[in-house]
Amino acid sequence: MSDLFYSDIASLNQGLESKAFSAVELMQSVIDRTDAVELKINAFVDRDVEDALKQGRASDERRARGESLGPFDGIPVGIKDILAVKDQSLRCASKMLEGYHSPYDATCITKLKEAGAIIWGRLNMDEFAMGSSTENSAYGFTANPWNLDCIPGGSSGGSAAAVSAGEAIVSLGTDTGGSIRQPAAFCGVVGMKPTYGLVSRYGLVAFASSLDQVGPLSRNVKDSALLLETITGHDPLDSTSLNQPKVNYSSALDQPTKKMTLGVPKEFFQQGIDQEVKEAVEKAIAWYGSKGYAIEEISLPHSELCVPVYYIIATAEASSNLARFDGVRYSHRSKDAENMLELFSKSRGEGFGEEVKRRIILGTYVLSSGYYDAYYLRAQKVRSLIRQDFEQAFTKVDAIITPTSPTPAFQRGEKNNDPLAMYLNDIYTISVNLAGLPALSLPVGMTQNDLPIGMQVIGKAFGESDILSIAHDFEKNHEFKNMRPKI
Amino acid sequence: MKYEVVIGLEIHVQVKTKTKMFTAAPYRYGADPNTLTDAVVLGLPGTLPVLNYEAIERCAQLGLMLGCEIAEVCKWDRKNYFYPDSPKNYQLTQNEQPLCIGGSVEIELPGAARNIEGTHRWVQLNRIHLEEDPGKLSHTAFDSLIDFNRAGVPLAEIVTEPDLYSSEEAVAFLNALRNLITFAGISDCDMEKGQMRCDANVSLRIKGSDVLGTRTEMKNLNSISNVRASIEYEIKRQAKILEAGESVIQETRRWDATKNVSFSLRSKEEAHDYRYFPDPDLMPVSMDRKRIESLREALPERPFDRQRRYQEKYFLPYTITSVLCADRELSDFFESALSVYDSPKAIANYIVNDLLRELSANSEVGDSALLISDTKMKAEFIAELVEVVESGIISKQIAKDVFSEMFHSGDSPKTIIEKKDLSQNNDDSAIESLCLEAIANNPKAVAQYKEGNAKAINALKGPIMKATKGKANPATLDALLQKLIQGSE
Repeated sequence: MSDLFYSDIASLNQGLESKAFSAVELMQSVIDRTDAVELKINAFVDRDVEDALKQGRASDERRARGESLGPFDGIPVGIKDILAVKDQSLRCASKMLEGYHSPYDATCITKLKEAGAIIWGRLNMDEFAMGSSTENSAYGFTANPWNLDCIPGGSSGGSAAAVSAGEAIVSLGTDTGGSIRQPAAFCGVVGMKPTYGLVSRYGLVAFASSLDQVGPLSRNVKDSALLLETITGHDPLDSTSLNQPKVNYSSALDQPTKKMTLGVPKEFFQQGIDQEVKEAVEKAIAWYGSKGYAIEEISLPHSELCVPVYYIIATAEASSNLARFDGVRYSHRSKDAENMLELFSKSRGEGFGEEVKRRIILGTYVLSSGYYDAYYLRAQKVRSLIRQDFEQAFTKVDAIITPTSPTPAFQRGEKNNDPLAMYLNDIYTISVNLAGLPALSLPVGMTQNDLPIGMQVIGKAFGESDILSIAHDFEKNHEFKNMRPKI
Repeated sequence: MKYEVVIGLEIHVQVKTKTKMFTAAPYRYGADPNTLTDAVVLGLPGTLPVLNYEAIERCAQLGLMLGCEIAEVCKWDRKNYFYPDSPKNYQLTQNEQPLCIGGSVEIELPGAARNIEGTHRWVQLNRIHLEEDPGKLSHTAFDSLIDFNRAGVPLAEIVTEPDLYSSEEAVAFLNALRNLITFAGISDCDMEKGQMRCDANVSLRIKGSDVLGTRTEMKNLNSISNVRASIEYEIKRQAKILEAGESVIQETRRWDATKNVSFSLRSKEEAHDYRYFPDPDLMPVSMDRKRIESLREALPERPFDRQRRYQEKYFLPYTITSVLCADRELSDFFESALSVYDSPKAIANYIVNDLLRELSANSEVGDSALLISDTKMKAEFIAELVEVVESGIISKQIAKDVFSEMFHSGDSPKTIIEKKDLSQNNDDSAIESLCLEAIANNPKAVAQYKEGNAKAINALKGPIMKATKGKANPATLDALLQKLIQGSE
């Protein structure tokens, strides 16, 4: 029973159903593990142990009455501090929202509660999801469980580290330009960004509305599939959520895989890529080739424009989305403000961290009159070209394989003074958000320094089943899913 | 004056809907502060807007009423600016693509006198778009308070071309617009309740010039008289500047209705950069052309069309039609009475004279006049009243009392006549003996009448009316007395 916190959902569900252990015991095991490692990892910005155990007791009572809500009943799910949970703190790892509690549940949280999941803690992140290292948090950095001196990636660094270190069975993150996939790669777990519109954004504190998506992180592909199918579905509260038939991704995994064609974009393996990362991904591609998948080289010609386009569109939207944090109603209010203008400027000046301010200023600039056409409008046009690149590629292939990140996890502080180097870390993930496509990262190797290497599988719009089964095929024929960090 | 004024108006109208523009929270005027809000209205973290299709349809209806073209696609933009009454610090509006394009409003210029119809003219519109109303700020000596009840109420902004050339025209436009909107039931347009608000762009140019002068924008005009006064003030102010050989500065000004002056709010240089961009939370919605056509077919008659119809078909005078058609409820009431009994003039007279008098006489001091819907009066009873008068059952004199009784009790005229035994006494032999008695008792009046003083006959009628409790038919009585006096010669 000692390793409950490192078990997968299927075996936990079996144990709960057979009464081998209770939901409270499972939760306690996760709490104990968290207590044991959290001083080193700092994956959480907040956690309410009593509330989690209470949810566990409710689950046990349901099961005793024969009213189990399904495979998620009693499973602890860690939640990124950007998703609203009723009566819990919601700070987006920012001083700006110190003391704020959400009066309502995000739609994905409602769905998890309806499935009986235990809503477990508030996971650390880069402030307002802006960053690639979880160093931009007002509540301290999170360490990579594989190497405590390394960053866990970001912005969903807490979500990835917690799953990797056994502090949650699975977790929810959000991904605007790679914020689920890159930390998943750095922490050696599976992380998935669904097709834009598949999961409701209601209750997700917006960073860049046209790019944000909620998605799962887990230690194996099947748990991500299970978590994803629990949170999808059309939501009348989110006009961008799409009305798609519900898919049981997890049951499709074990069906015999039809042999698919995998595209390998040559642009993604050229300059700036770490040799070990390159080799691990190429080795994985070779394995697919040996298993009968067709491998085809493709081109995504506008790839080099992704980073500038992303930093125009994302910051423009962010500058407007974050305007509501003004010290008037619920966010941080400066004590020195003498008038209305100072109330705004000082509250925002004190409440936001450096990276958030940098992006708000950038976004304000690109939307300014006289610059709008040159930046924002042009970026939207290039975004269409990027989308077309993928459409073109998907006429020939079923999925696209790339590295998730050009490097493995880097040292804490390494890129703090070079925002551009930090932004380039998302070079392989950003285009997926711009095109609105689904993509996941799964572990496909380890560096000599014992750091995980992630591979990205990109699918067609609503091609979640395809990329999950491609990843699952690799996972069940390799041992990466059972590798655990030594903390 | 050697200058000509050119005015363009921007009118904000709260669209009457069950719920707000982007959420299910309701709205009504006068509720306790911050009781009509929810997470979306307050812009709490994580909330998203959801379109209220009712508001879109109402606005499209307004556009059709004003002859606008309806856009193919309904799109939303964010207008970014910081102000405490704006929960998100951006306003959702339609900058790039307004829902309604072009259009025009028929106005009536003031006539030579109150009872003389003025000339009509069409004023061109630029656009109508939808946006969300912000909250309301109020200031005390130490604090500023915010009420978010109003935040998120659908607001239609109607923008005219610079196509108005006097303060009277601006007022005429507002009256015509208000009438059109209330006729269509899109808003009550009560300016005191903020349901209709107006900004005025004013510029002067030398008469005969076709180039527009530098304009100023007057904000915060919350009554028709403020619109008139502020435009008059601005015309004088600008004329003085131009006379002195100086240039008008393009700026936003604010009208102070208590001091009757305007002051500069901000110059063009200080104008906001609103950083408009398409809202990524709301997907563009294509407007269903079939639905638009069915909305068009269901439009109500425009007030001036109705007025013309009353004048042409029923020969009603301007003094009557201008009152009837200034109020949809009143003219609908007229039409339903007319459908029961076809006597347009008499019915219109009862409504415009007697009914309106009763309505204002019975309103509480300080309140606005009662509405027909506030009373027990039924249109078919007015028709019935006209019918009993015209068929001679009661006199016009008695009808006035019956009307008052109808207004207060809500009973039908026939019920009242029966209850109070008011039908005219047409028993000729009884009246004849009363007449003979009156002639005998008033030899002086009879003599005067015979000498040609027609009015002298009234002295004879008084006692007869008294004896019959007013039920003698005055016309019959006149004829009978004449006959008897002439017969006695």
